[in-house]
Amino acid sequence: MENSGVNLIQFEHIKKVFDGDTVVVEDFNLDVKKGEFVTFLGPSGCGKTTILRMLGGFEIPTAGKILLNGEDISKLPPYERPINTVFQKYALFPHLNVYDNVAFGLKLKKLDKKTMDEKVKRALEMVDLEGFEKRSIQTLSGGQQQRIAIARAIVNEPEVLLLDEPLSALDYKMRKEMQLELKNMHKKLGITFIFVTHDQEEALTMSDKIVVMADGEIQQIGTPEEIYNEPKNLFVADFIGESNIFKGEMVGHRKASFCGRTFDCVDDYESGTVIDAVVRPEDVELVSEEAGMITGEILSSDFKGTFYIVAVLSGRNEIEVHSLKYYEPGSRVGINIAPDSIHIIPYDESINHYEGVVGEYVEGQGVKVVFADFEWFVNPKEIFGDGEIIEGAKVEASFKPDCAEISDDAEAGVVTGNIISFIYVGDHYRYTIRSKTEEDYIVDDEDLWNQDDYVSVNIPKDKMSYRLVGEQ
Amino acid sequence: MRKPGFSRKQLALPYALFLLLFVILPLFVVIRYAFTDTAGHISFRNFISFFQSSKTIGTLIYSLVVAVLTTVGCLLLAYPVAYILAKGAYVGRHTFLMLFVLPMWINFTLRITALKEILTLLEGNLALYPFLNTILCMIYDFLPFMILPLYNSLTKLDNSLLEAAADLGARRWQIFVRVVLPLSVPGIISGITMVFLPSMTNYVVLDMIYNSTYIVGSLIGSYFSSYDWHNGSVVSIILLLIICAITWISNRFAGGEQERKAGVAL
Repeated sequence: MENSGVNLIQFEHIKKVFDGDTVVVEDFNLDVKKGEFVTFLGPSGCGKTTILRMLGGFEIPTAGKILLNGEDISKLPPYERPINTVFQKYALFPHLNVYDNVAFGLKLKKLDKKTMDEKVKRALEMVDLEGFEKRSIQTLSGGQQQRIAIARAIVNEPEVLLLDEPLSALDYKMRKEMQLELKNMHKKLGITFIFVTHDQEEALTMSDKIVVMADGEIQQIGTPEEIYNEPKNLFVADFIGESNIFKGEMVGHRKASFCGRTFDCVDDYESGTVIDAVVRPEDVELVSEEAGMITGEILSSDFKGTFYIVAVLSGRNEIEVHSLKYYEPGSRVGINIAPDSIHIIPYDESINHYEGVVGEYVEGQGVKVVFADFEWFVNPKEIFGDGEIIEGAKVEASFKPDCAEISDDAEAGVVTGNIISFIYVGDHYRYTIRSKTEEDYIVDDEDLWNQDDYVSVNIPKDKMSYRLVGEQ
Repeated sequence: MRKPGFSRKQLALPYALFLLLFVILPLFVVIRYAFTDTAGHISFRNFISFFQSSKTIGTLIYSLVVAVLTTVGCLLLAYPVAYILAKGAYVGRHTFLMLFVLPMWINFTLRITALKEILTLLEGNLALYPFLNTILCMIYDFLPFMILPLYNSLTKLDNSLLEAAADLGARRWQIFVRVVLPLSVPGIISGITMVFLPSMTNYVVLDMIYNSTYIVGSLIGSYFSSYDWHNGSVVSIILLLIICAITWISNRFAGGEQERKAGVAL
């Protein structure tokens, strides 16, 4: 945003821990400029509402600072902050009528009756409910209550307006309408809006800046276009919009290999880099079988109003396509993907790394290595090469997601945990399994498991690679 | 097809029968006695003598004073307790609530006896402060009946309303005055109804702590125990009218709330 460029709000290393051990937000850093429309987007439980509540003053950060105009407000009570909130379930006062609800903040400021009447009138005009002053809250529809909640907040002329999933209780049409109205209101008022939602479409429609969050951490910050077109990681690619994700490898200058073929692309990474290629369904072109770069068989065509969702099986990869034409299931088609429709995400080398400590050496079994979740014996050569065995040395072990296996038999694997998320990647799923000690294990598996399933992960000992990182 | 079992009306039958036998019929008996003289002729003499006697009027006023002080005392003690119980964030909330409700499980004469011992220890002689002791014992006796309805209405109070008030600039006491108090009015009303009426008639407490002043309950008791059905019935009827009046007023209060909530639809 070119306007002003002054940071109004700064989050500095915000951390929030509930009940002593549940980390909800971890090292959150963000600058919000004056007048921006910023959306926190993420699945439920990702910490977005907690951030908003800390800004509103309903929660105090465990660590870190929240600066407003350069001043630390993180410990101020809500009534001392020039910030107002539109609550998820509106939280209108049932014992007061519309006027008294909207005037609640003004009365506390002890404004004179005339100014107050004037301001309430203007706020109600803003939300298209002029003349509703005398009505009681119970007689209003959900949409009207929503508008009153907005009027009650903006009438105080706050510097920042917080909106906590304010549209989630409205029906589809109403929600669409309110999205546009809120956007217009933002333009008119010029106040900074901070909006929380789990609805990616809502976020893309309304925001200047989107902050994608997962598991208490920021995944990506960017404009709606950046977030959609250049997702930084698989989570963002999967969460925002529909995506086809293919596992592959860079095979040359701007050449990526996936789905059994080499595609030209516009992102460049070193040859040999393991990658995930992200292709949006609307960017896949279906052509005749001869004209396609790859070919496939139609699995299904589902009507969606403005387009069909066509599922195509090419080799082992299932590809989702948005097409204006209906394709008969069972027929064969060709598939083309333009170079600039392929977004390359290099494989995150930092996943599945675990720190362990070398223990005693047992003749015939090897050295014992103790990790947070498990321990086993390793041939000392794998860690120390031909060097001397050092007891107490720290090692880092890692494995590739496709080496491990998931099982529902708790005894079958070396670690157990719950599936906290999964993403469909071309011909298999990529699961994130979190153990009790909060270590994450990322495993590729062809079977479909459910979120929160309690599973065990079997990591083959011979697929682990070790690196010495230091001595104790 | 007929559903097996009882219909709702049939299920209400036992209670209706009970109501008829032990509430409605006795009420007519009381009314009959109140409006007749010893010879069985219809007369208003009993009523006239009630309002002419300074003793009976004095008893009525004394009862009202006791009931008002008990109710106010209970309300002042119970509100903070109910608020902490309902809104406080601490472990063992239910245990805490139990501590306040538990005394209701113990026979009240037993509780008063225990309190008597404590008061004797503090005051030396119970007879020194009969009025104070009466109020203390009444409050002790009726406190749980005030806490429970208050607790119920305060737990129903949505926390987001308190946050919304704070968000709009209200300090703690302003939140209390502008949001919590008005929204707990139904609880306050039912608490008052449950404490005020019984405390006008609970003469056992007075007997137990040697307060020889009569309250309405003791007056009725004394008439009936000396087989004066007519005068006893008159006092009962007057008490009934007071009760009706109070119920009517509090219903109007709660009804007014309702009306304001419902508002004008269009």
